[in-house]
Formats: sequence, structure tokens, C-alpha cells
Amino acid sequence: MECVFGLVGDGFALVAADSSAVNSILVHKSNEDKIMILDSHKLLGASGEAGDRVQFTEYIQKNVHLYEFRNGIPLSTAAAANFTRGELAQALRKDMDNHLERSELKSLDLTPISVGIITSKFVVTTILAPSVGTAQPKGCIGNGRDSSIAGYDKDIGPSLYYIDYIATLHKVDKGAFGYGSFFSLSMMDRHYHSGMSLKEAVDLVDKCIVEIRTRLVVSPPNFVIKIVDKDGAKEYAWRETIKDAEEPTA
Amino acid sequence: MMELDLSGFESCPLFPGGVVADHGENPLAAASFQLPACSDFDGFQKDAIQMTKPAKGTTTLAFVFKEGVIVAADSRATMGGYISSQSVKKIVEINPHMLGTIAGGAADCQFWHRNLGIKCRLHELANKRRISVTGASKLLANILYSYKGMGLSVGTMIAGWDEKGPGLYYVDNEGGRLKGTRFSVGSGSPYAYGVLDSGYQFNMSVEEAAELARRAIYHATFHDGASGGVASVYHVGPQGWKKLSGDDVGELHYKYYPMILTPTEQEMADTSAA
Repeated sequence: MECVFGLVGDGFALVAADSSAVNSILVHKSNEDKIMILDSHKLLGASGEAGDRVQFTEYIQKNVHLYEFRNGIPLSTAAAANFTRGELAQALRKDMDNHLERSELKSLDLTPISVGIITSKFVVTTILAPSVGTAQPKGCIGNGRDSSIAGYDKDIGPSLYYIDYIATLHKVDKGAFGYGSFFSLSMMDRHYHSGMSLKEAVDLVDKCIVEIRTRLVVSPPNFVIKIVDKDGAKEYAWRETIKDAEEPTA
Repeated sequence: MMELDLSGFESCPLFPGGVVADHGENPLAAASFQLPACSDFDGFQKDAIQMTKPAKGTTTLAFVFKEGVIVAADSRATMGGYISSQSVKKIVEINPHMLGTIAGGAADCQFWHRNLGIKCRLHELANKRRISVTGASKLLANILYSYKGMGLSVGTMIAGWDEKGPGLYYVDNEGGRLKGTRFSVGSGSPYAYGVLDSGYQFNMSVEEAAELARRAIYHATFHDGASGGVASVYHVGPQGWKKLSGDDVGELHYKYYPMILTPTEQEMADTSAA
């Protein structure tokens, strides 16, 4: 039920993700931010089980920071994407006894890392989250926990990387994950062209959100959109149909 | 153990029952995996998966409002269909400024909350300041994540008041951790959410908030068989937590829905008195 999608525009990258935290039939929270800002010019969108997603993305974020502290320069988007893919691949191949038992029962869905990350430094980061905190074991592998890494490099410009839950890595212009991808991928194929302006890109994202809301049986009510451009990674907008209670400020 | 040979390479004659001979030493043995000996393997697999899913028979809730955090819970413990206790303490005091709720395995929750209390105290001693709710919940979430898949059953909320004001986190045995303003955990939680969501306002007095929590617990215990006993309500304010009330839900029922004697019943009472 989690939807993440993103695309590369003219000098920026845009990522949109749903924001519901779900446990079987219960929605615990509708304003959960699943797009993590890795560093000043990188976004990581992840979808997946509750604990896995947060633990893995925070691990990647801290390692990206560590590299910058140690070496004085930030990682490039490609390097960050490859690092993430490598960590994911390692985790998948870990022969931990308890994890093996887990995965026997719940098939590949319960690998230690079951996240999809989209990092877009400049690129839109979409985070696909198959279903945060779901209690049901997923039988089929194709449940799409993917991630995208989007980032902006000064010399390359925006880029978007697709990483899926079995650690496939692709550099792409547009990507979508989760059940929402069934609807948004073709929409993006139809309307996307390289070098879209921010307004055109946000319009396309809105079109996709509307399509998901219309056609997906249990569609998430709220979405968050983040962008990365030469000025950095930041939150662009929320698209809400349900307003959660505001967190009180100190 | 049965061995199911799916490769079709095996040319050995089948044993009675369609089982291929065990040839552990044969290097040319066809790839196969062992299955448990049972007639309904699919059902068995389903049951096995069901066994690992911890069931949390309880109702607990917590929400943040203007004056702090209200934490409320029922007090029933069930073993299958048997009510083993009506007086379980489901709200644990981690330290004078933080509360945790129990849902799931009582032993797991009690042990890990106690462990969390120890870690919080050690943090205070090492850093000369009280730990934040964010920090405490992250400690617990990391511990539970490291035991992920091993059968722990913990669905807890950490509520407290720290320097940033009131804080509420939901932490569960999957390793998930959510920051929020309203949570309810347990089998009775959908019922409690209904009452809680419709009556919630940020600007409530402590009494109004406590009454909302009490009512939500009562309605959950009415519909959910695994919840009942006593509805306890705690309030966490800037000075720490304080227990506000503990009412038997049976008595709450007649308080909210008092019996109205119909005329016929009145007459019968008069007759027997006469």
C-alpha cells in the first residue's frame, strides 16, 4: 500500500512518498516522513517494514556523514547509491541463524533489510514503502520494497537511482515503487520528458497522486513531496486529505 | 523426515508412500528439502506463521494534549479464552517522569521496561541530565529491533515530559518506532480509537482528557473480550506522572448507562415487598 515515485527535472529531482504508518488494518499515523535527507544534496526514500526502514536508512545516513567527516568531502550520488546497494546486498546474504528461520517462514520479505531507497541528490527521491509495520507475512517476493536515491552533484547535475529490495541498482530518469507504481509508471511514461520545469514536474506528481487515490483500493490519504536542487534538499509540499493532530511545540 | 524430490532426476524406486530414499552421502543426490511429516502442509505452514505473530489482548491508549500526556489502560490478562487476571498493572513507571504501557507478552514488556529504566538511570548518571523521551524510546526500539523475529511480543507506548515538552512514542517488537500525538495499542485499540478520535481536542483540561481516556477504555472493554477489569488513567505533566483514577469498567457501564426501571419491574418489586 505504500507508494513512492520520483523523477528528474531540469536541474532538480523530485520525490513523492505516501506518509501512512500502518499495522494490518490499523493506521497508526498519517504524517510519517519516509523520505530521509541523507545530506545537504541527497534524499533517500525508503519503503518497508517499520523497524527495517528506519534502521537501514539511518544506518546509511550516518555512514554518509561519516565519510564526509573522515574525508572532508561529501559522497557523490553514485557512490552513495552503490554503497547502499552494497550494504543491502551484504545484508541479504547474511547467514544469521535467526534471520534464516525468519525468512523461511516469511519468505524473502523478512530479510533484515527490506527497504527500497530512492536517493536523489538532485533527483527526486521517491520512497516506496511496501507497507510500514505490516504484521502479515508477505508470501510473494514481488511486493516491491524499493528505494530510490536521488542527489545532485555539481558536475553531473541531478540523478536518480532505483534500488530494489534484492539490491538491484539502476540509474533512471523516473521511477515508481509499491502498489502505486501500477498507476504512476504509465502516467509518467506518457507525460514525462527530460528537462521538465518544477511546475510541470509537480503537476505530473499531482496527476499521479490523483490517479493513485482514484484507483488504488486502500490508497494512502497523505503524500509528502521533497525536492533536491542546486540549493539543497528540502521538503517541498504535503498533499493531505486527512490532517493528523498537530504535534505540540515546546 | 520426508524428502520431497522435485528435480525428477532421481531414478531410485519410490518407497511406499511416495517418499524418495534418503541419500545424504550421495554427491549426485538431487536437490531437495525436508518437509515436516504431516498431511496438510499448507495448513501447517499457516499455523506456524500464525504462531509467530504475537497477539496483544489488551487496550491501552495515550495522547498528548495541552496539559501533557494522558495514559490509560485496562487490566485484564487472558490465556486463550480464560481470564487469568483482572488486575494486571499495564502502565509501568519507568522513572518519575516517564511511563510505559504494556501490550503483548507481560513478561517481555515488564522485563524490557525495567531494563529501559535501568538504562535511563545510567544515562542520567553519566550525563547529569534526565534522558529525553526521544532517547528513551530509541534505546528501547534498538533493543527490540535486535531481537526482531525471535518471538518477543511488545507493543508499548513511551510517554513522558522532557525539556521539549510532552512526548509520546509507539514502539513495537517489529522494531518500529513512531512519534505521534495519539496512539492506542492492543486488540481493543480500534474501538478505543473511535471514541478517542471523535472526542479529542488539543485544548482540554486534565479532567476532560481523563474522562475521554476513561470512556475510550470503557468502550473498548465493552466490545473486546480480551480487555476488561479496571480502567486506569495516568497524567504526565511537567512535574512528572500522577495516577488519576482506577475504575472498574463494570461500574463505569452503569454510570454511563444507568438502568431505567420499567413500570412492570416496579410493580413486581412492590408486590414482593407487600
